[in-house]
Amino acid sequence: MDFSQNHFALFGLPIAFELDAERLERAYRDIQAQIHPDRFAHAGEAEQRLSMQWATRVNEAYQTLRKPFERARYLLQLNGVDALDPRDTSMPPDFLMRQMEWREALADAGGDSGALARLEDELRAHAAELRAELAQQIDRRRDWPAAAATLRKLRFMDKLLEEIEAAYEQ
Amino acid sequence: MALLQIAEPGMSTAPHQHRLAVGIDLGTTNSLVATVRNGVAVVLNDARGHGLLPSVVRYRADGGVDVGHAALARAAEDPHNTIVSVKRFMGRGLRDLPDLATLPYQFVDAPGMVRLRTVAGEKSPVEVSAEILKVLKARGEAALGGELVGAVITVPAYFDDAQRQATKDAARLAGLNVLRLLNEPTAAAIAYGLDNAAEGIYAVYDLGGGTFDLSILKLTRGVFEVLATHGDSALGGDDFDRRIYCWILEQAQLHTVDDHDKAMLMAKAREAKEYLSDHDEARITALLASGQVIDLLLSETTFNDLTASLVNKTLTPCRKALRDAGLRVQDVKGVVMVGGATRVPRIQAAVGEFFGQMPLTNLDPDKVVALGAAMQADVLAGNKSGDDWLLLDVVPLSLGLETMGGLVEKIIPRNSTIPTARAQEFTTFKDGQTAMSIHVVQGERELVADCRSLARFELRGIPPMVAGAARVRVTFQVDADGLLSVTARETGTGIEAGITVKPSYGLSDDEVAAMLRASYEYAQDDMAARNLAEARVDARRLVEATQAALAENGDALLSTEERAALEKLVAALDNALAGDDLAALKRASDALNHGTVEFAARRMNLSVRKALTGHRLDELEI
Ligand SMILES: Nc1ncnc2c1ncn2[C@@H]1O[C@H](COP(=O)(O)OP(=O)(O)O)[C@@H](O)[C@H]1O
Ligand SMILES: [Mg+2]
Repeated sequence: MDFSQNHFALFGLPIAFELDAERLERAYRDIQAQIHPDRFAHAGEAEQRLSMQWATRVNEAYQTLRKPFERARYLLQLNGVDALDPRDTSMPPDFLMRQMEWREALADAGGDSGALARLEDELRAHAAELRAELAQQIDRRRDWPAAAATLRKLRFMDKLLEEIEAAYEQ
Repeated sequence: MALLQIAEPGMSTAPHQHRLAVGIDLGTTNSLVATVRNGVAVVLNDARGHGLLPSVVRYRADGGVDVGHAALARAAEDPHNTIVSVKRFMGRGLRDLPDLATLPYQFVDAPGMVRLRTVAGEKSPVEVSAEILKVLKARGEAALGGELVGAVITVPAYFDDAQRQATKDAARLAGLNVLRLLNEPTAAAIAYGLDNAAEGIYAVYDLGGGTFDLSILKLTRGVFEVLATHGDSALGGDDFDRRIYCWILEQAQLHTVDDHDKAMLMAKAREAKEYLSDHDEARITALLASGQVIDLLLSETTFNDLTASLVNKTLTPCRKALRDAGLRVQDVKGVVMVGGATRVPRIQAAVGEFFGQMPLTNLDPDKVVALGAAMQADVLAGNKSGDDWLLLDVVPLSLGLETMGGLVEKIIPRNSTIPTARAQEFTTFKDGQTAMSIHVVQGERELVADCRSLARFELRGIPPMVAGAARVRVTFQVDADGLLSVTARETGTGIEAGITVKPSYGLSDDEVAAMLRASYEYAQDDMAARNLAEARVDARRLVEATQAALAENGDALLSTEERAALEKLVAALDNALAGDDLAALKRASDALNHGTVEFAARRMNLSVRKALTGHRLDELEI
């Protein structure tokens, strides 16, 4: 087995956006149980160092596959597409319109937690729709440019959700 | 003819030997040492039957040092030389300490970490902590009847890199081999979780004398996964005492208080606070140096009013940790209460209200951290085998670099599972630039000035090129102790310039070595003898580990020649162990370490494969 294999192979999973989260988690834990540095605290130097490198690698792979956004981005990367290339920021006009509406809603909500919660629900629902689209675009149609565009929308949604969290805090 | 010794595969050639290991809770207020005996974790008591060792160190004029109860008893009488709650100063500079006015010490603002002026000279908090650890180490060795292979030492989960490093330095100074730095709430979760076969999402609320941690863990079939941690490394029971102390000053209309009275009144304040946990009101009486008599009545209601903002302050980390974990209050199955200060009824009520359930107070909040640490030490020392539990912990605070305009660029976000590594590329911004300065910081704020500075270093020898052509790759690695190391390389031209980070906080290796030499104990012994003894311990461990590995997979993973070569290296090290030539011992150790690299890699690959064959045999491409 080689250190540079892709994240999916590392966990013995098929290369796809749709994934069995439970299976990923089980594989992650089973591998960590074997190679985590705690297993090598009394071992020789070589094994200690390797175990840290392996555990680091497995953590990175797990964190990437676990989150749909990161997973999609990684899949596109495997196919030679940099979805978040700063030179390409194009967004369809209808989505730009919605962005503006949501931003206004956020500004209007101020510190009103009821209004914030309504907005949050709406955003989360839309983000879920986008993730469903991603599954179609990546796994069925293998349409990388379309998936990249969806990913950029998702990134915008995530940022807005973060701002909502921050607004709750105040 | 020599007889061949044949070992069954999977069996170690050496008889199984119980390795002596302890868990140490190095608390702000109290410290404890525990171990696993006959499969059960127990706190080790001193000769008088005390488990708790007050974390107090007194330097005497005659050169002696008192630790624990003896030191605590003299705190009011000798406040400058009796260091209480030294943990608050670990890895901290003078400007990080908010309540200097209520502290009786003479601080010296040394670079990186404060020092304290005592009759025995200037002391670093690392040295003071080492005194506490030495006592606990001696207690452990006396109880277990031998030298320790190592210790797990607990730290608040919210401790930053400087505070963790300082703790590790203190252990080194005390002559302890640190098996792991373990987060206190995680240690508590192990002790609680294993005892109660707990499964699901748990919160650990740990309020001690000077620190507050809140960790959210997911417990599933022997895996303890920390999902998020938050806290305040300068909030604890001491702050409640200080509120009472200020109230006393106000009530008695005292304006100036000398250091003796200060120390005495702080002790009275603490007594009153603890008394109020079981009573409605506490009477505070004291005779000041001036002859003035203090006689006050503090009701629980007044106490609650005085400290309401502190109680509230602990709820913010609860909210933030839940949010980082992506969970709601309803998802939490139980709230484990740890630390002496959680005995305050108002705290229990507030935590209960927040989580919508009664917190779990059925375990001993003083001991649970040490017990969990002892259990982990037992595993790390290699006394258990096979299906132990697994800990997956996180880094509590984001790690980043200073960029243009004093802003922070985050490299490793908080609550990343450790060990973890991240690399980032930077480029030169001037033509012909040959050096680049790198500033490593820790914290959540956007401005460098609001974060903790961990290290500054210069990367030199970049080949002169036009701006933007050179590429500098900075790699952050956080190990399983939660400690950071940073390396940087210039990769644009293929010329690599590796560097190591010299911390801008805490102590350098040279300083620790100098302290070791200077310390009373070591001045007597021969440093060389000590070095040899330490090298022997390491060498023996290496021989044992290699033999065990050979017995387990030697046949499967090595050719006859490879195996013979390794066995030769083991024999050579065994030989060196018999003599007392330090240089020869180091050479033989290095040779074996080097020789096992390929074997170790194959063993690790085998482990990963084995982990997957459980459920994914069909898709494996081995
Ligand atoms: N009965 C009690 N009521 C209130 N506070 C208490 C009680 N017992 C101990 N404490 C407080 O708990 C703190 C020490 O807790 P501990 O867990 O030993 O701290 P640390 O981990 O920082 O050493 C002190 O502030 C002490 O006053
Ligand atoms: Mg504690």
